[in-house]
Amino acid sequence: MRDVTIGQYYPSDSIVHRADPRFKIVILILYLVTVFFCESFLSFGFMTFFAVLTVILSRVPINKVLKSLKFILIILAFTTFLMMIFYKDPGNKPLAEWGIFHIYLNGIYASVKLGWRLLLFVIMPTVLTLTSTPTELCDALESLLKPLKLLHIPVHELALIMSIALRLIPTLIEETDKIINAQKARGAAFESKNPFRKIKAMIPVLIPLFVSSFRRADDLADAMDSRCYRGAKGRTRMKKLHFHVGDVIALLFWCAVTVCVLFLKYNWLGWGFISAWSL
Amino acid sequence: MPFLEFKNVGYSYISGEDDYIRALDSVSFSVERGEFVALVGCNGSGKSTLARLCNGLIAPDDGRVTVDGDDTSDKSKLHGIRKKIGVVFQNPDNQMVTTVVEDDVAFGPENLGLPPAEIRERVDLALKSVGMSEYAKSGPFRLSGGQKQRVAIAGVLAIKPELMILDEATGMLDPSGRREVMDVVKKLNREENMAVVMITHFMEEAAVADRIIILDKGRVAADGGRELFEDTALFDRVGLELPVYVRVAQKLKEKGLDIGCPLDITSFVENTASAFGGKGRGV
Repeated sequence: MRDVTIGQYYPSDSIVHRADPRFKIVILILYLVTVFFCESFLSFGFMTFFAVLTVILSRVPINKVLKSLKFILIILAFTTFLMMIFYKDPGNKPLAEWGIFHIYLNGIYASVKLGWRLLLFVIMPTVLTLTSTPTELCDALESLLKPLKLLHIPVHELALIMSIALRLIPTLIEETDKIINAQKARGAAFESKNPFRKIKAMIPVLIPLFVSSFRRADDLADAMDSRCYRGAKGRTRMKKLHFHVGDVIALLFWCAVTVCVLFLKYNWLGWGFISAWSL
Repeated sequence: MPFLEFKNVGYSYISGEDDYIRALDSVSFSVERGEFVALVGCNGSGKSTLARLCNGLIAPDDGRVTVDGDDTSDKSKLHGIRKKIGVVFQNPDNQMVTTVVEDDVAFGPENLGLPPAEIRERVDLALKSVGMSEYAKSGPFRLSGGQKQRVAIAGVLAIKPELMILDEATGMLDPSGRREVMDVVKKLNREENMAVVMITHFMEEAAVADRIIILDKGRVAADGGRELFEDTALFDRVGLELPVYVRVAQKLKEKGLDIGCPLDITSFVENTASAFGGKGRGV
């Protein structure tokens, strides 16, 4: 659990790792929007090809990717299954039925597409967090959100809050363990099977946790003040983000992918092979 | 002009509605550049309040605290004061801002607005002088308490202060962690000539300092060199225990063997050996 600090970052020196995190975030947003426009199996396959290509280029072992997707995959399988058995298609005869559950051919298509879409949705953010450190991501967000400063939104402060939150998660987990053990030693019943008693038993854990968090926040504020912190004013960074030609090329490439997917959806030029593959 | 000077400083905490606790009362002392001072006292003697007064985290109710001539009550001078005085606090987990060691050390110099190349240089140098260069890229949670506290010291060093205050910085560490931190602090004082104010209740640590200030109930009870450790009555009065070697030496004296007032193991062994007429060899 302590590893939450560095997120699920997988250190390597691949081109995906070396890419500018700002470009990675922009590309991710573009990608997610594009996935929304995927409708036919052809466009799903097209997107999957590039998603898989990115995973390969990132040189993160595939089992590592799957491991971080584990929980999502369970939810995804469940959703897909529900979609399949509850799909309503009044115009067609069901392939099979048990009581209120019906399976239609279109239902299978729709649920496979749903599952596939969700999978595409989660795989790229996973690649992003596997290939960038939380610090990089915070810096990138700070840099990308800079224009909001004109609206007097404290972008730097928000980025710092995020970075401190990430930094304190493992500390608080450790603290929670300690408090739970202390309360157990005094006979608190965390192992109760009754869910209400279980929730009630958490109250004596949460209150000390809150109190100690406030104390920690005070200490941290003192330490930051002592280290000459005055907000964004006059602050520079040791690690400046730099983008390279490769980053721009990658962005342009993904723009092209988006255009292709839009083509597959709207078929502006009326190409026959697209309508033939419209399923 | 002394580097850090307290003049009749008083400070009270509010406790309850109309009640307040007098944490410090007419405290006066000064610290020069390059000095190694230990500030000792029991819990509640006002040690930590004093640390917070030094760099203007709190302003005194009465009297004046000046750093290099600048008053800490003057808000416009605070940034300059904090560049000159670095503080390392007790809990290493509560002083780290980021998830990577070198980024955390860079936090101070980044706040000073230095160019990236110079920050890099300072971070590398600071990590090197606390012996943590090889951990530059790791997360603080893989480190031991002593290592984390050394990183915190590096974070202060990167600001290049002239005086470092350690507010019970070894208080939460195990013996080996304490030794690591003490070695680094001693080295900084001797080799870099950095002034150190060490707030502690470990008398063995205080015995390393050149000068000892004893606080008792918010007042300075004594201020002097290592000869203070010979004053048993003083230590009894303020409720502190003498360093273990001194206590053993006193017991020996009661039994008729006078080995003086040794403050560390080397002098203890030498004195004992020479008291028996042997040649004092170190350990």
